[in-house]
Amino acid sequence: MDFALSEQQQQLADSLARFIRDEYAIDARRRTVAGDEGFSRAHWRTFAELGLLGLPFAEDEGGIGGDGVDTMVVMEAFGRGLVVEPFLPTVVLCGTLLKRAASRAQRAALLPGVIAGERLLAFAHGERRARYDLSHVETRATPAADGFAIDGVKSVVLGAAAADQLLVSARTPAGIALFLVDRAAPGVSLRPYQTIDGQRAAEVVFAGVKVGRDAMLGPDGGALPAIEHAVDVATAAVCAEAVGCMQALLEATRDYLNTREQFGTRIGNFQALQHALVDMFIELEQARSMAIVAAVRCDDPDATTRARPLSAAKVQIGKSGRIVGQKAVQLHGGMGMTDEMKVGHYFKRLTAIEQSFGDSDHHLARFQAA
Amino acid sequence: MDLSHSPEDLAFRDEVRAFIRDNLPSHIRAKVAAGQHLAKEDYVTWQKLLHGRGWMAPHWPVAWGGCDWTPVQRHIFDEELNFGNTPRIMPFGTKMLAPVLLQFGTEAQKRRYLPKILASEEWWCQGYSEPGAGSDLAGLKTRAERKGDRYVVTGQKTWTTLAQYADWMFVLVRTDPAAKKQEGISFILMDMRSKGVTVRPIRTIDGSQEINDVFLDGVEVPVENLVGEENKGWTCAKYLLGYERSGIAGIAYSKKMLEKLRKVAADETIGGRPLLEHPPFREKMARVEIELMALEYTNLRALANETKGVVPGPEPSILKVRGTEIQQAITELFVEAAGPYALPFLPEALEGGSNVESIGPEGAAAFAPHYLNWRKTSIYGGSNEIQKNIVSKILLRA
Repeated sequence: MDFALSEQQQQLADSLARFIRDEYAIDARRRTVAGDEGFSRAHWRTFAELGLLGLPFAEDEGGIGGDGVDTMVVMEAFGRGLVVEPFLPTVVLCGTLLKRAASRAQRAALLPGVIAGERLLAFAHGERRARYDLSHVETRATPAADGFAIDGVKSVVLGAAAADQLLVSARTPAGIALFLVDRAAPGVSLRPYQTIDGQRAAEVVFAGVKVGRDAMLGPDGGALPAIEHAVDVATAAVCAEAVGCMQALLEATRDYLNTREQFGTRIGNFQALQHALVDMFIELEQARSMAIVAAVRCDDPDATTRARPLSAAKVQIGKSGRIVGQKAVQLHGGMGMTDEMKVGHYFKRLTAIEQSFGDSDHHLARFQAA
Repeated sequence: MDLSHSPEDLAFRDEVRAFIRDNLPSHIRAKVAAGQHLAKEDYVTWQKLLHGRGWMAPHWPVAWGGCDWTPVQRHIFDEELNFGNTPRIMPFGTKMLAPVLLQFGTEAQKRRYLPKILASEEWWCQGYSEPGAGSDLAGLKTRAERKGDRYVVTGQKTWTTLAQYADWMFVLVRTDPAAKKQEGISFILMDMRSKGVTVRPIRTIDGSQEINDVFLDGVEVPVENLVGEENKGWTCAKYLLGYERSGIAGIAYSKKMLEKLRKVAADETIGGRPLLEHPPFREKMARVEIELMALEYTNLRALANETKGVVPGPEPSILKVRGTEIQQAITELFVEAAGPYALPFLPEALEGGSNVESIGPEGAAAFAPHYLNWRKTSIYGGSNEIQKNIVSKILLRA
C-alpha cells in the first residue's frame, strides 16, 4: 500500500499549482466566465501544451498513458482554481467513452485533434426522465437507408455549445448505442445556458438527425458498460475536484478567522467557530481519503467491482462538500454571501458536483445494492 | 499510488490469523465474542501468549522487544486481533507509559519496567484525572512533597480504569504548588501496594465496574521513581496523550462490530423481512460503513506519513473524534436492531463464562449496556471537544 504520488505526478501537481496561482485569479476567472464561450481558448491551448489533453490516452495513440490518479492530480488543482475549461466533458467523459467504445480507426480520426486542443467533445446522455439512471434512454436511433436517424432531447449536456462533436446515446432496435454527431449537423439544436457554478451546458434537441453507420461507437445495443465506466471515471474526477474546492475553502476560512475582528478580538478566538473549522477539516480529510480510493478504483473495467468504492466516495464527497461549503459561507458571515468573495463560488461548485453523476441518495442506494 | 496489499502483507495476515486460531483459548474467544466482561487472567493469559510470539508491543523499538513492522502490517495485525475475538491488549503499559519511559526515562527505569510490561508481569493504570481536573488536567491538586529520598503523595485520582487489577500506577502530581499551573507538575511511578493507596470502584451507567477512585493518603514513593525532571511532568503528560489518542480510533474494532451488526440485522425481522433489508435501517448502516471506510484510509495515510518521519499534527485528534463517533453510532444501531429486546437488563448474562441466555436476539443482553458504556469514548483520552481545541490551534496557527 502506497499513498505517495510518483515524481511525475508531483511535477504535474506543482506545475498546475503554478498555473492556477499565476493565471487563474478570481477576477480573471470572472471575466472568462462572463465571456461568450464561458472559458478561455488560450488556457485550453496551455492545457494542450502541458499534455493534459492527452493524459488518459495510450502513448501509441499520442497520449500520455495516465490513469485515474493522474486525473485526480489534475482535477484537484482544477478544484482549487475553479477551472471552467471543458476538461471534464472532453477528456474525462468523452475520453473514457472513446477508450472503451471507439474502434482504433475512430480514435485515430478523433484523438489527434482532442490532444492538440483543436477538437472539443461533449457527452449528450442525460434525459428529462432519467434522473441518474444511466440505462434510461428514450432518444431513438431509427435505422435508415445508410445509417440512423436520431430523435430525442438530451438534458444538461456539459460543454455542448463549445463542442465540435457530441457523443450521443440513443436506443436502436438492439438497445443502447453511442453515436458521434457533429454539433452543427442539420436537426441538432441547442438551448445553451450557464450552470449555477459558472460553467456552460445546454439542452440539446435531435430532430431526425441523420448519421452514417460509421458514426456508431462500439457495439450496437451494447454501449451501457462504456457509459457506466465513463460516468464512474467522471465521478472520481469530480470527487478530486471537490477535494481541491474544500481545501481552498478551509484555507480561506482559516485566514478569515485569523484576521476578522469582532468584540475586540480575532473571531478565531471563539470556540464555536474554532470547532466549526475543525469539523470542516475532518470532513476534508475524510473526503480526500475517498477521492483517492475513487481515483485508484475507477480504472477497473468491471462495473460490479467499481460500484462499491465509487459510490462510497461520491456519498462521502456529497456529505463533506455540503458541510464544508455551508460552514465556509457561515463562518465568513455576510461576506460569505457576496459574489465578490471566492467562498461562494467554491460553495456553488460543490453544490453542482453533488448533483452531478448521481447525487448522494443515488449512490447510497447503489452502494447498498453492490 | 497503490491501495492493494502486497503478497508479503497477505502472507503476514495469514500468519497472524493462524497464530490466533491456534493459540487463543476458546473460552476466552467465546467471552469476547459474546461481549462479556473479562477477568484479569483472561487478558494476562492472552498477552503472555502474544509475548511468547514477540507480538506484545509491535510499536516499540526492536531493541526493547518491538517489531519492525510497516504501518500496513500494524493495521493488519490490529484487524486480525479484532476479527479473531481476542482480548484487547491493555494500553496502559504498552501504549501509554512505555513511550514516555523510552523518551524521558533513565536506562535503569527502562530496564526495570519495560520487560515486565512486555511479559505482562506488572499491570499498570493511569493516575491522571482528578475530581477537580478532568478536561483541565493541569488543574490537578494531588500533592507530592519531597522528604529526603521519598515523595509523600496525598490526593485523589479518579476514572482510573481497571485500577483494581493494577500493580503500578503512573501518576501526575503537583511538586511545586507555587509554580504556574503546568509548571509544578511531576510524573512519578507508584506501587499500588504502597501504604495509603485505597481503590474504590465506581459503578457506571451500564452496570459495570471498570473505573475507580484512587485515594492517596501520605503514600511514600522513592524519588528514583520520578520520570524526567521534577516539575517538568507536563511534558511527559502531553507526550503520553499524543500516544493515547493514536489507535483510539478503533477502526478494526468498528469493522468487526459492523460485521456482527449485519448478522444480527439479518436475523431480526420486520414485516416478515430481514431488518437488514429495511430501508431506514439499511441506510443508516450504509452511512456508517462509508464513513468508516473513509476513516480507514485517513488512518492509513496518517500511518504512512508517520513512517516517512512527518511529525503527527492534527491527525491523532481527528482520528479520535471521528473514530469514536463511528463507534458510538454502531452501538446505537445495535440497540435499534434489538428493538424491544434492548430493555431486559441481565447483568448476569454479561459475566465472563455465564450461561445465562439473552432475551430476544442472541447476545442482546450486551447491546444496551455496550451503548451506554461507549458514551465514554467521546469523553476519555481528552474529550472530543478538547481534541477540537487542539486541532483548531494547529489549523489557526498555520
